[in-house]
Amino acid sequence: MSVIQLAGIERVFHLGDSVVHALTGLDVGIEAGEYVAIMGPSGSGKSTLLNLLGLLDRPDAGSYHLEGRDVTTLSPDEQAAVRSHRIGFVFQSFHLVPRLTAAENIALPMMLAGIPAAERAQRVAQALKDFGLDQRADHRPDQLSGGQRQRVAIARATIMQPAVLLADEPTGNLDRATGDEVIHLLEVLNERGMTLIIVTHDPKIGTRARRQLMMEDGELRHDSASTRLRQLDDNPPGPLSGMPAAKRNPGYAERGGDGVSPAAPAPGTPSPPLADPAAS
Amino acid sequence: MRNADVLRFARDAAAGYPLRTALSVLAMAIGVAAVVVLTSLGDGARRYVVEQFSSLGSNLVIVLPGRSATGGFSPANAVTTTPRDLTVDDAFALTRLSSVRRVAPLAAGNSEIKANGRLREVVVAGTASTYFEIRSFKMAQGAFLPEADWSRGAPVAVIGGKIQEEIFGGRSAVGEVIRLGDRRLRIVGVLKATGQGVGGMNTDEVIFVPVSIAQSLFNTHTLFRVLIEARSRDEIAAVKREVTALLKARHGGEEDITVITQDAVLATFDKLLRALTAGVAGIAAISLAVAGILVMNVMLVAVTQRTAEIGLLKALGARGATIRDAFLAEAAMISLAGALTGYGLGLFGAFVLRQIYPVFPAYPPDWAVIAALATALTTGLLFGIMPARRAARLDPVQALMKH
Ligand SMILES: Nc1ncnc2c1ncn2[C@@H]1O[C@H](COP(=O)(O)OP(=O)(O)OP(=O)(O)O)[C@@H](O)[C@H]1O
Ligand SMILES: [Mg+2]
Repeated sequence: MSVIQLAGIERVFHLGDSVVHALTGLDVGIEAGEYVAIMGPSGSGKSTLLNLLGLLDRPDAGSYHLEGRDVTTLSPDEQAAVRSHRIGFVFQSFHLVPRLTAAENIALPMMLAGIPAAERAQRVAQALKDFGLDQRADHRPDQLSGGQRQRVAIARATIMQPAVLLADEPTGNLDRATGDEVIHLLEVLNERGMTLIIVTHDPKIGTRARRQLMMEDGELRHDSASTRLRQLDDNPPGPLSGMPAAKRNPGYAERGGDGVSPAAPAPGTPSPPLADPAAS
Repeated sequence: MRNADVLRFARDAAAGYPLRTALSVLAMAIGVAAVVVLTSLGDGARRYVVEQFSSLGSNLVIVLPGRSATGGFSPANAVTTTPRDLTVDDAFALTRLSSVRRVAPLAAGNSEIKANGRLREVVVAGTASTYFEIRSFKMAQGAFLPEADWSRGAPVAVIGGKIQEEIFGGRSAVGEVIRLGDRRLRIVGVLKATGQGVGGMNTDEVIFVPVSIAQSLFNTHTLFRVLIEARSRDEIAAVKREVTALLKARHGGEEDITVITQDAVLATFDKLLRALTAGVAGIAAISLAVAGILVMNVMLVAVTQRTAEIGLLKALGARGATIRDAFLAEAAMISLAGALTGYGLGLFGAFVLRQIYPVFPAYPPDWAVIAALATALTTGLLFGIMPARRAARLDPVQALMKH
């Protein structure tokens, strides 16, 4: 079963007299546990798509099924509940609350969800350990490096064990090495079963994903998954055949096809650290 | 989100912008402090007056000639040109009333006293021995005017503490002979200085003589006042009624006197000063409304400044109501902190007032304190609603783009 199923999605912005078709005729299915990169030129609608997937925005037409449930018709409060429990966000500019410590920032989604303080503390402690941040628990964002800030943001995005992790240019504000660390961290989370969708401008990062969605002018121009299938069928060169993605990620079809994906670890379950604590 | 978490979150948010929070707390505090101090002043004045009146003596009923004082204007009054004199005989007749314990006639005027080679202007009060008990006087030397027939008083006098001081210095005055106008009087007593008095009559500067002597000195038959002490507090009304009836009968059926009770005088002052206190409280409350508007501004700035944070909270699953509550709680906390600080400041201000004017009981009345705190909280909350709703309605995508 697809974790995400979009059909005929349209998103139109009106700016004065001009009309911007940020998304047009979008049909995409994403399976549980997939690792997807959304790429394309600036203004092609990548962020708009991600905001739709994260229920921060509503489409003007089309349907969006998340884990089999039509979420476009939900009330704002119901959508908030879905965001709280099923979706994690990672932003380019981290979006940490400046007056809160790392631990408090990580605990924020649990606090909003009404989880008791004792359980929050326990889960935050585990997350801090997992993300190599246990020495930074009481630091405020301005006392953290960029990489540490993004790790706090990722810990916060995953603390509620969401089904889908959405990242909009998560390395955009980081240098190469730190960016690679963050991508590695996200990939480890994906390997543990979390569906990962990254918007990126960086082809190097994009090609690491098992599947690429190429956007242009609000349309999906190229989906590496369908290319690969077509390549298997008649082996014509795709419009972007220079992309090595299909070859580099042969595991996608099997993973998506058998429907078995490793479940995300339950809260409190001991798991190997995601990041080397020494790196902090 | 749990309520405790909403409060903690709001508290941290307020603490995150100390200057802004401190300024709005200060504005609120000044408003509340103004109410507390001004009502302390107003109510202090009321208590002061009430205490002063109470020191006049208890169960007091006062008769004055003429109808106009409290009776209002009516054609009937206008026709009776001059009221009949209120005479010593009138006053004496009142002593026979069953509800009356004591009666003291009072004739008053200004004259000069000459003694010990000095001359001094004095207030002369012509009265009788009963005046001493009615006013609860205390003697410094000698005794008060002796009991005697009111129409044939002995040539004696009692002087106030200040007169004794100025004319005789430290020397005892009892037994000395003085000149009052064209009379020679012997001093039989000196009153203990009290330093207080109401209606411009400080007893320290008064010379008391038998009423008949004062009347012949001023060549008059009328009395300035008749002071009556009722047998008990409950009989004050009866005294008023009986006195009015008796004097009406004696004056040929015409009601040409005014009877006032201490209660009535007190009630008038009490009402006046309560209104004054409420008035200043109302004026001070305007500053609370201003403070409320300031809180609203501060919260609007907070919403603008924290737009990205609001977008984030929504992305993390916060409902609109949660965000609204968090901002409302913040406004409420600022108002509460302001109200409590202002209450503390106000109490301190009242304390300082009491230190400067020890006779002045400057305590804020309970109603003013409760009203000030309640007004501060409700204005803070009311003016917090608009910014909180604005925050709750922000579009998360737009909000997240602000950074
Ligand atoms: N709120 C809005 N009002 C009007 N137009 C908008 C709005 N949001 C996005 N757009 C337009 O929709 C199109 C898609 O925008 P979007 O932000 O999704 O692009 P993007 O692919 O994320 O670009 P970038 O790589 O620069 O982040 C753009 O033309 C943009 O100008
Ligand atoms: Mg974008």
